[in-house]
Amino acid sequence: MYPFDYHRAGNVADTLTLRASLADARFLAGGMSLLPMMKLRFASTPNIIDLRDCEELRGIEASYEVVRIGAMTRHVDVAASADVQAAIPALAKLAAGIGDPMVRARGTMGGSIANFDPAACYPAACLALGATIQTTGGDIEADEFFIGVFETALKDGELVTGAEFPIPDAAAYAKFRHPASRFALVGVFVARFGELVRVAVTGASRSGAFRWAAAEDALTESFSIRSLEGLKMDHSEMNGDIHGDNEYRAHLVEVMTRRAVLETLESAPAA
Amino acid sequence: MKKFGVGQSVERAEDARLLLGEGRYTDDIVPANALRLFVLRSPHAHAKILSIDKTASLESKGVAGILTGVDADEDDLGGFPSLVPSNAPDGSGPNFAPPFSVIARDIVRYAGEPVAIVMADTLDQAKDAAELIKVEYAPLTAVVSLADADKPGMPSIWPECPDNNDSLGVFGDKAAVEEAFSKAASIHSIDVRVSRVAVSPMEPRVATGVWNEAEGRYELTAGVQSPHMTRTQLAACIFKVPPSKVRVRALDVGGGFGLKGVPHPELALVMWAARRLGRPVHWFSERSEGFLSDCHSRDHISHCDLALDEDARIVGLKFNSRANLGAYISLAGMHCAQGNIGHLSGVYTTPAIYAEVRAYFTNTVPIASYRGAGRPEALVVLERAMDAAAFDLGMDPAELRRRNLIQPEQMPYDTGFQFTYDSGDYPVSQTKAQEAADWAGFEKRRAEALRRGKLRGIGMGHVVEIASGMRDEMGEIEIEADGSVTFSTGFHNHGQGQETTMRQLISEFLAVPPEKIRMKDCDTDVQNFGLGSAGSRAAAVGGALIKTLSEKVIEKAKIIAAIPLETDAAQIEFVDGTFNARGTNKTATFAEVAALAHNPMGLPDGFDGGLAHKQIVRPGGPTFPNGCHICEVEIDPETGELDAIGYWVCEDVGRSINPMIVKGQIHGGVAQGLGQIFGEFIEFDREGQLLTGSFMDYQMPRALDIPHITTISHDVPSPNNPLGIKGAGESGTVGAMPAGLNAVCDALKPLGIRHFDMPASPHRLWKAIHDAGGIDAICKPTEAA
Repeated sequence: MYPFDYHRAGNVADTLTLRASLADARFLAGGMSLLPMMKLRFASTPNIIDLRDCEELRGIEASYEVVRIGAMTRHVDVAASADVQAAIPALAKLAAGIGDPMVRARGTMGGSIANFDPAACYPAACLALGATIQTTGGDIEADEFFIGVFETALKDGELVTGAEFPIPDAAAYAKFRHPASRFALVGVFVARFGELVRVAVTGASRSGAFRWAAAEDALTESFSIRSLEGLKMDHSEMNGDIHGDNEYRAHLVEVMTRRAVLETLESAPAA
Repeated sequence: MKKFGVGQSVERAEDARLLLGEGRYTDDIVPANALRLFVLRSPHAHAKILSIDKTASLESKGVAGILTGVDADEDDLGGFPSLVPSNAPDGSGPNFAPPFSVIARDIVRYAGEPVAIVMADTLDQAKDAAELIKVEYAPLTAVVSLADADKPGMPSIWPECPDNNDSLGVFGDKAAVEEAFSKAASIHSIDVRVSRVAVSPMEPRVATGVWNEAEGRYELTAGVQSPHMTRTQLAACIFKVPPSKVRVRALDVGGGFGLKGVPHPELALVMWAARRLGRPVHWFSERSEGFLSDCHSRDHISHCDLALDEDARIVGLKFNSRANLGAYISLAGMHCAQGNIGHLSGVYTTPAIYAEVRAYFTNTVPIASYRGAGRPEALVVLERAMDAAAFDLGMDPAELRRRNLIQPEQMPYDTGFQFTYDSGDYPVSQTKAQEAADWAGFEKRRAEALRRGKLRGIGMGHVVEIASGMRDEMGEIEIEADGSVTFSTGFHNHGQGQETTMRQLISEFLAVPPEKIRMKDCDTDVQNFGLGSAGSRAAAVGGALIKTLSEKVIEKAKIIAAIPLETDAAQIEFVDGTFNARGTNKTATFAEVAALAHNPMGLPDGFDGGLAHKQIVRPGGPTFPNGCHICEVEIDPETGELDAIGYWVCEDVGRSINPMIVKGQIHGGVAQGLGQIFGEFIEFDREGQLLTGSFMDYQMPRALDIPHITTISHDVPSPNNPLGIKGAGESGTVGAMPAGLNAVCDALKPLGIRHFDMPASPHRLWKAIHDAGGIDAICKPTEAA
């Protein structure tokens, strides 16, 4: 690890003031992505601003329409939340399947979406549920927030404070784990709001999580796995490596979408 | 049976210490003034070093010194030798055996080879300085693929070996095999790729070197399996000094698996740097550094032809294999390639065997031992050939095996190839394993799985393996004046529970309670000889060693006991810790005799006091642990995901000292064998860059990937040592590889797939199923509602 100065402030306002006083700095949430990269000397920064004391960034609130999750809420807390389990069980399940118990005890929702690892699980949930990402600069719709691999709409010095997830009628997340890293080799989040269906895919694409428009149209037309028959994922945009070539990933997108739809149907049969 | 003696599943004596963080791993006890060593490694798999400029880096903060190959030449620093000789491919003489270099001179031959070492006050300072070293390379074409190593146009890694084919080992009787094949009713051929894997012990490699100026000698504390053998290599081959000028000790070590039985460059480098700089020097591998620089293992491409008569009895076996050595031949490299080829005889009566093994250099880190060390490389091919023959004949592979098993009444059995098996009851092991696994009911389970759209398979693998092939070992038992026991051996405990089993043996023979037994560190200063823990030897050889040492101690104690008991030593018997004078009611406890032995005033003039005894023992021939392994798997054809359903093994490790520890050894061994079958593999790109350089890409199995393992014992004591012990260290791995792979292949059988190479990772399985037409070709899963 290269040397850096370590800072922290007691709340978001002071954190932003601190950030503004430093020419170059990075926020540290759970540190489950940044710290390993720093230890390997693949990432470095002169200043780390630890967010651990920003208590207002933690917590889960559920209303009839949305679940709001504070940016510093850990995966383990989302997974165990009775509110999330009741309102969007698929989201609790997604959080419970991230990393291992140690990662879930440190890693945070805000850290995951701000980092936008192309195989992270949360971005799929944000896109499929149509979440609003709340930042210190304002609200950004998930569709506008995720731009490219490790690239988001966040401006320099802007901090994710939380996300609002609209509560769907039914949803499911089907994840095929990377056999080594246990990230999503392919993860598909399906959410149904009345007739409207949203489908988001993570892990598979070269450009990070994305919405699968063709599947959304077909499922909005009729929410059943029959609607998916003959629907092919274009493999030219898919990622390929030793754990799965692009053809395999495209195939897995189709399989995981079907499984997510089946699970959604089981959780709340379509009217 | 004594309370703490042989045969008891007593709890492990070392666990409390290790689990409470009170272990003494090398990294826990670094001297306060030690420098940290960082190895600057070659980024190229094959390149000329044109120049190394360390000017800027020497001025970097905290740097105490930087050494390169130029300095190594100045000090005439040697390399580690290959211990196993072979022959040149043209038969003209011995094979070319370049020493395993500890630091590159003018050419780098694998990515990760040490090019320079930086010593600084902190590791970060050493890394900072290393970034400032300017190395100018002229990249050369790398030889990465074992299959293509001798293709025309490939560069030569060594001028002495132009086509990179270092050696040809020829084994068995070619004429007899040709004769058998000419009369065979059927011949069954198979090609098997035994993948390349990383050993990945929980504790990475680690070493601390100290130069003892007062005594003028090198001292090493390191994570090694055999301090004595390591010392021999370091003294004779690296520093070219007498062995007494080198001390090596290994305290707690977190897993060895063969990797740490093979000396690696950093052991020499910390000692060399310590002498150069006059301060202790410490190095601790990072995990990613380990993937790059730990010797890898396996990596064979093999072809096997099995000839059967009309009753499906084996009449001959031909084997032809290519083995990867890496860029240098490690201490055990040729052993893994050719030294365990004897395992081709398996548990079957095979009248004629002939094998040719060609070993090749490639621009990859050298190959060395890993649990099995050549045994699974041979047995997985044989056991796959058995299943392929059963496939061809439409026969139950269990029945084909049963027909060919060596029978217990044939023991000891001379295979006619390399081994003479000591004992074992292979048919009973197979029966018990089949019953436990409900082999007979499998086809029902397969059909039920198919209705759910899943491919289910069952596989059997028989293991028989040589253990305690290295027979000699030294040990010493010392008795304190209160009768407590201190002992040392050349074995090193790095997870096998030897602190427990060795205590059990002493307790058995000397009737001393465990709390009065202390085990000394494995240290060349404690005793001067030892072969270490490797090759499943510590239980069998250690049992014979401790029995011998104990008998010698008792023999002397009887002479001493005769004094207070006022009789002749021949009239004394030792029963349950007490010396009795026959025909009298006079007794003396072990503690009383020990006290007298250490009270020269109470002994007759000229009598030798003390009760210590030290010697080297050599038990009889090697032992052959064996067992029948069965694995059952289910594959999701849609995704290629594999679910390991169950695992059953009937093992014969001979008499066991601690059945619980034996089970643990089997479980761990099976997990490592299945790990390789299900997903572990090392992959390089075309330039020789490692693609699987961390656990993000290297598919290490998790606990949940390993099925429940049912172990059944059918132990037949070995006649080759006084306790009947065979050994348990490696058979789990050696049996799990064929059982696991046969199960995978059996699951794919309904698709017409005859063979599938490891690893059975989801992508590879899906592709194989997809290419074979998919599961729809054999059934229509029930329509979803």
